[in-house]
Amino acid sequence: MFMFLTRRLLTSALVVLISTLVMYVLVSIAIDPLEDLRASTDPNKEALIASRTNALDLNTPVLLRYLDWLSGIPRGYLGVNWQTNQQVTELLSGAVTTTLQLVTVAALLAIMLGVFVGIVSALRQYSGFDYSLTLLSFLLYSLPTFWVAVLLKQFLAIEFNNFLDEPGIAWWFYVVVILASGIVTMAAVGGTARKRLQVFGIAAGAGLVAVAYMDLTDFFVTPGLGIIMVAVLGIAIAVGVTGLSTGLGDRRSLYAALTVAVLGVVLYYPMLYVWYYIEVNWLIIIGLGVLTVLVGLGVGLVWGGPDKWTVARTAALTAVPVAMLLFVDRLLSSWDSFVDNGLIRGRPISTSGRRTPNFDEGFWLNTLDLFGHLLLPTVTLVLISFASYSRYSRASTLEVLNQDYMRTARAKGLTERTVIMRHAFRNALIPLASIVPVDIITLVGGAVITERIFGWRGMGFLFADSLEKNIIDPVMAYLLIVAILAVVANFVADLMYAVLDPRIRVNA
Amino acid sequence: MTVETPPSNVPDEPIENALELKDVEGLSQGQIVFRRFVRHRGAIGGLIALVMVALLAYSSIGVGPIPGWWKFGPNQQNALFNDGGTPSLGLPTWLGGDGLAWGDAPFGQDEIGRDIFARTMLGTQTSLMVMFVIGIVSAVLGIAVGAASGYYRGATDQVLMRFTDLIITFPLIVIGAVLGKMVGAGGVFWLALILGAVTWTSLARLVRAEFFSLREREFVDAARVAGASDLRIIVKHMIPNAMGVIIVNTTLLMSAAVILEASLSYLGFGIQSPDVSLGKMVADYESAFRTRPWLFWWPGFFVIVIALSVNFIGDGVRDAFDPRQKKVPSARAMARAAGRQTKAAK
Repeated sequence: MFMFLTRRLLTSALVVLISTLVMYVLVSIAIDPLEDLRASTDPNKEALIASRTNALDLNTPVLLRYLDWLSGIPRGYLGVNWQTNQQVTELLSGAVTTTLQLVTVAALLAIMLGVFVGIVSALRQYSGFDYSLTLLSFLLYSLPTFWVAVLLKQFLAIEFNNFLDEPGIAWWFYVVVILASGIVTMAAVGGTARKRLQVFGIAAGAGLVAVAYMDLTDFFVTPGLGIIMVAVLGIAIAVGVTGLSTGLGDRRSLYAALTVAVLGVVLYYPMLYVWYYIEVNWLIIIGLGVLTVLVGLGVGLVWGGPDKWTVARTAALTAVPVAMLLFVDRLLSSWDSFVDNGLIRGRPISTSGRRTPNFDEGFWLNTLDLFGHLLLPTVTLVLISFASYSRYSRASTLEVLNQDYMRTARAKGLTERTVIMRHAFRNALIPLASIVPVDIITLVGGAVITERIFGWRGMGFLFADSLEKNIIDPVMAYLLIVAILAVVANFVADLMYAVLDPRIRVNA
Repeated sequence: MTVETPPSNVPDEPIENALELKDVEGLSQGQIVFRRFVRHRGAIGGLIALVMVALLAYSSIGVGPIPGWWKFGPNQQNALFNDGGTPSLGLPTWLGGDGLAWGDAPFGQDEIGRDIFARTMLGTQTSLMVMFVIGIVSAVLGIAVGAASGYYRGATDQVLMRFTDLIITFPLIVIGAVLGKMVGAGGVFWLALILGAVTWTSLARLVRAEFFSLREREFVDAARVAGASDLRIIVKHMIPNAMGVIIVNTTLLMSAAVILEASLSYLGFGIQSPDVSLGKMVADYESAFRTRPWLFWWPGFFVIVIALSVNFIGDGVRDAFDPRQKKVPSARAMARAAGRQTKAAK
């Protein structure tokens, strides 16, 4: 193992070294820092060119310049942006946080949605649902990001903001929601004609109730869940999580999950006081999240029984979304004052930038502002990566479903839930372990187009912008980081694969 | 891929499989693949769409010095035919338009009176050319690297694969941007050539893996015993057997290439003026979306049509080469068939 690590580390360092060398040479051929001077009509053009050539060492051979750049790295010096004289390290720190903020939510959403849809699609192979999803993923593969982004700007931001100005749900919206929720759920669940009809009825009814609720309570003017919705959704989450995690037959788990949901409802009003009196920040929110998980585990252990950790897991898994309901409810109650704010002027969904300039109105409003800015780029990124995740997980689930141990599991008389969740789902995730790290890293370094379109000054923006303006140092810093991250991601992927799949041994 | 016909006298051979074998009896592997491909509805649809787009693009404005049937050139400035340069393309009445019409500027005009139809067609030509050049270059490079690496193994493999890893380190869009900025002004062909020089990596890895298993097969030994040179074994015996992997991967790569070129041109690192590319058109006209949406819709539409049809063709090719791929009737169709059978039995 030690040998493996050392060898791996050495080759990785070599790869980074050589790739940065190659890229340094390529970038310095590609860019022309004298571009603006060449076209200028200044009388002392020659002198300007000479002075800049001198300042940027352009007469030194490129290899020596590379060595010079390289020797700065151990000292933590990555060069300067020669146009603004900013330190590259300074530029980077801002860019990294921006990018992380942008891609975290998108990556999580894309993975969860993609895996879920891919598995359902594999379970219902060759059904209408499966074919429609295949078609959809082909379409998503073929969509150019920049084109989708402009459409999103138009329809999701501008039109939706217009809609929020004068909200009113038209009759066709009812029809669309009812039919869509009914048909999609029916196609996903499948079964006999009778069961399909039942599922269609239930899902369509739920869709109708949801839209009617939004319509009647003026959801788009004063959004919020209220204690009743929190209760309904909390119980639904408890039942759903238990159904997937241990099966509804396990009464202890069900009761533990329901206890957690009820606890959430009971805490609804006390929490309003907490929010009111505490100066909230993200640290506190994360702390509360951890506390939630602990409380969930505690409740599960109290219900106990022979499998107390299974029960505790179910309860904790229920606790997190229930707590999120409370958080979202509190967040939405600030919606009114957010939309009416002088800087927002009734247009909550923003098309560019990371935050509204000069907007600082406390935690809740700032968070709403952040979400308003995150929405469009997140949707874009999710659309791009959703297709590949769903294809991957569909393929790997199909592979798993054909294994002998699946037949064994069914022959043992296990319930369909146990077969799918315990035998198929877990094993289907293994191949994803080798894709996800690489993919996330690519997203961190490669959201070039999305960042550019939506004006997020992240890593990709820094790269594209500096390359365009012929500034080599930020470009090289970006490439260095991407190269290191790529090497690390591949390493993590290999390790994860080895840990998850006992057939693979790490000794190569 | 060689087809090994299993002996038909195996007692527990499933009937279904026997039928399958009867179906392809006496056909070469190429014929079987071709038949499967032709039966793939999506693939044929994609192929027809792609051919039609290519015909439209090349016949309308012509290629190089050869003139096409369309009256305006892509960079020719005309007076505006309609107010604000709106498209003259009319939908038939049953689609809610005012009668089928082609008009003087079917896709509209931009603010200086250039014909968007001619520009879109030129951009489509660019995309198609970029797609094929990238496809060919990366197929040749990928096959060469993968074959050498898989056939010779050892040190050659190590060197070539580490080189491949080096290129894979960077996202394609990043390395493409650097290279694109280097050669973008030199013209479409050079851009495509240089992009092809970095997109071959996945193909090389796949060909290498395929060669690892192929080189252990008897026919390779037979060829070697017969005195064939390494080059002859690779070209005549191994590459034809790896053709499935190569064609499938190249098709999928070509659809990605269309998007890659469009994205680079959009970012400003690809095709430069006066060349026209669909991605560059979208970038140029993005700000006019509110006032002149047609400037934006048409180039995007053609990018999607090209990429989507190539994706469908790729899917069809993959299914055609996959021996495990069988058309499975849906559960309902099976139930219906079973019902018919029991009825007939009664």
